Amino acid sequence: MIKCKTSKEIGGMGHSIKRKEDARFIQGKGNYVDDVKLPGMLHMDIVRSPYAYAKIKSIDASKALEIPGVVAVVTGKDLEKYNLHWMPTLMSDTQMVLPTDTVMYQAQEVAAVIATDRYIARDGKEAVVVEYEPMTPVMDPYKSLEPDAPVLRPDKEGKTDNHIWHWEAGDKDATEKVFNAADVVVEQDMYIPRIHVASIETCGCVANYNKVDNHLTMYMTTQAPHAIRTVIALVAGHVGLTEEKVRVISPDIGGGFGGKVPVYPGYVIAIAVSFLTGVPIKWIEDRSENLQADSFARDYHIKVAMAGTKDGKIQATRFKVLADHGYTDASANPSKFPTGLFSIGTGSYDYNNAFMEADAVYTNKPPGGVAYRCSFRVTEAVHAIERITDVFATKVGKDPAQLRFENFIKKEDFPWKSPTGWEYDSGDYHAGLKKAMDVLDYDALRVEQAEKRKRGELMGIGISTFTEIVGAGPSKDFDILGIKMFDSAEIRVHPTGKAIARFGTKSQGQGHETTYAQIVAEELGIPAANIQIEEGDTDTAPYGLGTYASRSTPTAGAAAAMAARKLRDKARKIAAYLLEVSEEDLEWEPGKFSVKGAPEKSKTIQEIVFASYTNHPPGMEAGFEATHYYDPPNLTFPSGAYICVVDIDNETFEIKVRRFVAIDDCGNIINPMIVQGQVHGGLTQGIAPAMYEELIYDDQGNILNGTFMDYLVPTAVESPNWETGHTITPSPHHPIGAKGVGESPTVGAPPAIANAIVDALSVYGVEHMDIPITPYKVWKKLKEMGKI
Amino acid sequence: MIPEGFSYAVPNTLDDAFTLLKEFGEDAKILAGGHSLIPMMKLRFASPTHLVDINNIPGLSYIKEEGGYLKIGAMTREADLEESALIKKKYHIFMDATKLIADPQVRNFGTVGGNIAHGDAANDHPAVMMALGAEVEISSPSGKRTVSIDEFFFGFYTTAVQHGEILTEIRIPAIGERTGTAYHKLERKVGDYATAGVAVMVQTDASGVCTKAGIGLTNVNPLPLRAKRSEEALVGSRLTEEDIAKAAQFAAEDCNPTDDLRGSEEFKRDMVRVITKRMINKAISRI
Repeated sequence: MIKCKTSKEIGGMGHSIKRKEDARFIQGKGNYVDDVKLPGMLHMDIVRSPYAYAKIKSIDASKALEIPGVVAVVTGKDLEKYNLHWMPTLMSDTQMVLPTDTVMYQAQEVAAVIATDRYIARDGKEAVVVEYEPMTPVMDPYKSLEPDAPVLRPDKEGKTDNHIWHWEAGDKDATEKVFNAADVVVEQDMYIPRIHVASIETCGCVANYNKVDNHLTMYMTTQAPHAIRTVIALVAGHVGLTEEKVRVISPDIGGGFGGKVPVYPGYVIAIAVSFLTGVPIKWIEDRSENLQADSFARDYHIKVAMAGTKDGKIQATRFKVLADHGYTDASANPSKFPTGLFSIGTGSYDYNNAFMEADAVYTNKPPGGVAYRCSFRVTEAVHAIERITDVFATKVGKDPAQLRFENFIKKEDFPWKSPTGWEYDSGDYHAGLKKAMDVLDYDALRVEQAEKRKRGELMGIGISTFTEIVGAGPSKDFDILGIKMFDSAEIRVHPTGKAIARFGTKSQGQGHETTYAQIVAEELGIPAANIQIEEGDTDTAPYGLGTYASRSTPTAGAAAAMAARKLRDKARKIAAYLLEVSEEDLEWEPGKFSVKGAPEKSKTIQEIVFASYTNHPPGMEAGFEATHYYDPPNLTFPSGAYICVVDIDNETFEIKVRRFVAIDDCGNIINPMIVQGQVHGGLTQGIAPAMYEELIYDDQGNILNGTFMDYLVPTAVESPNWETGHTITPSPHHPIGAKGVGESPTVGAPPAIANAIVDALSVYGVEHMDIPITPYKVWKKLKEMGKI
Repeated sequence: MIPEGFSYAVPNTLDDAFTLLKEFGEDAKILAGGHSLIPMMKLRFASPTHLVDINNIPGLSYIKEEGGYLKIGAMTREADLEESALIKKKYHIFMDATKLIADPQVRNFGTVGGNIAHGDAANDHPAVMMALGAEVEISSPSGKRTVSIDEFFFGFYTTAVQHGEILTEIRIPAIGERTGTAYHKLERKVGDYATAGVAVMVQTDASGVCTKAGIGLTNVNPLPLRAKRSEEALVGSRLTEEDIAKAAQFAAEDCNPTDDLRGSEEFKRDMVRVITKRMINKAISRI
């Protein structure tokens, strides 16, 4: 049970209060970008390339323009006149808005059709005739690095190959020494497939440029409205769109998961057309466009190795990554981290030597590299370490749980410096794994497994004990295009004691309207029900870097607590004035100050706030408002112990997840129900790449599963009964001891599932399988091994 | 859903529907539950100029036993089959099949007639109807005709239903004594088309010898396929493990699956073998 400091009426931290935002969502009263309808608004659809790599010989829009209602067709040549045909990516690469001569991936934007109606725009799109000269695409990242591969980005001056960048972390020489001297070395190639966030709401915008007052309002599906405003001003300031003339509004968002961090060409075209015409332009992607063209996630080829003693002590790890970025590096990472936070991949284990390197390459695939419900490549890293740990356990003949217990960083050793330089703030890995094993009765399951194996039945148990790294981030290391990754809160309490609080983040389903109110309630004693939360409008909210990578609670949540504490300090002064005692004589309990030893003499927070407007102490500023910009001193390091039990049909190889226990440690919990909901959703997005999802291309660059018919997003039917629980190890440096939880399950679940399946198939001698692991893949593998 | 433009008509009688179909000619499509047609229109794989919606025509939705037949009206929703007491009691194969058709939302509107009339070997009812030896009633202004399910499917999306005609009823010989039925398909996730699906009906005499067998296969052949050799292997057999294995092997050999994202040809044949064996056993267990 979580102990609450506040009453149920106040509803501070630890209370499972119902989500304030759900009333409107459940009743269909949300307000999404596609709900925005402005007078005179025109609609945009986008002509997309059927080829992965081709020269554009001509674009003939005449047939489209003959359709009544088609207003314009915009091409790269049109944008080139305003130098808007290319745009920068967050990783300082460049991306086409619309091509002038070459298309680089299938489904790339080629031209935009503007029409009076969404249906006519689509008819217009079908009528645009583009003549292409197809070329042989480069689809394999390894082949892309070969000397005879065509140079895909001749637009980049002096570029003679397809290599983008090289990155390293850890100590290469020291690690090699340990590897050379080790009793046991295991190595495994693994591919973390290209997947897509596939949020329920696709991307879109309404760009509304008002020519009279030279002002752009951009309604947009974005997770980071403030950063977008700054980017627009930096890119288009020269034509008059300076930052005070730009307002970005991110209304209700139907799922982001990192896919709504990047700036897509469609947004830019809509802005450009609205800017030139003075008419509002709406662009809403359809499902296939979203899946085929918007930023992918993962796509890491990893060679991972582990060295250790024959009795199972881990001594060193080594990671070598090849990252397929498509035709441009459009990752959404902090600027100094090309591989994101991959260097968390040394895991939850106590050893001193690791070396990691990564190389990124161009191919003819869509760009991206978004942090899909993950702090920038943490999912890839965790999969590699948790899989290789099992391979190592098998090699030394130890139970994977036992091996983990023997290698965990001990509770008393925190803060712990990792071999790649991170300072893990806190954790209790032993407690988490023990709890997960107790829930399942792990030993009994192993007995059952042994019996089943005698009968030829396939059963597997898989463990993942991961360490997360979230809350980017401290300003010394973390920025996006130079802007430090702080976040902000502004609290304004009205005379009657009710409040509005605004944030630089943007919820896409996480429940900020509830949890932020609970943090303020915890600190000020004002009931959460009386605190309205607003985000997403750059004209009203304080500046912040947005919501992704589980950063909102670690950064903006901390800012909320800090701003509230400023107000509590003010409240104490006012209470002392009203009660005619000194500040030191007052005691705080949630919602009121009372005089020590004379509890009948007290002032409620509501009385104090009223006084701040009606009877404030002489010399004190009136009103009750505070703002805080929180620059975290360190990241937070949530952890989890997940155990998955699978049964596999020994003829059809259908995989059934019988049980899945997830014990998370996200520090102090703000709303247990919301955390549980986050974990359920995240686990489902963890089973997705483990068993179902992968974007598949043929060698001509055609996407083979560009619709939900074949891109298999799991549903409630595929989701097992998630069994969740927690341990609580508060972050020592975070104002409310919270750590962030949104991404832990997505990060931690895939290796638990993969380990369980491999464990089941180990009777056939299977040592590894790449995800997604499907019945067909298992059948094929066993067939190749001659086992069936 | 951004299809090409089309006109939309909702007749209240079969005669009105026939008149409209005649008037619109070859560019018209009949809209029943819409769960095959509308996705195709959405992706612009199909662009009919006219839609004739037959949902308002009364008398096309029923499940009843009459004259030695189970009669299912063409507009019967999958959900109605799922909930029918008669089906639950005697026609277990429909309980197996309907719950594997897409998801509850689709089943609430998708129709049995539409599932067959779409002419897609990936749909589930064609194989089930083959196993049960169904007949299809097709109506036109000149009257009604009946076509055996074995002669119903002509090619991909083409069937015995000619232009201007409407499929109105499916008739299945009523299930008698000592008869068991079963259906299963492997799917990658809920709502998927079958990787491979098998429908089985077996009947035995009092001594346990198989007197009648029907086996239909889903999505492993260009057309819905009757596994004839498998049926023959069962009839006259005491349904021994060996004979069942033989029937399953014949089904695997006689189907013609293709490689796709669901698996290779070889995989699908193997799955046909496994599911055929299992469904025969399941059908026997229901006798």
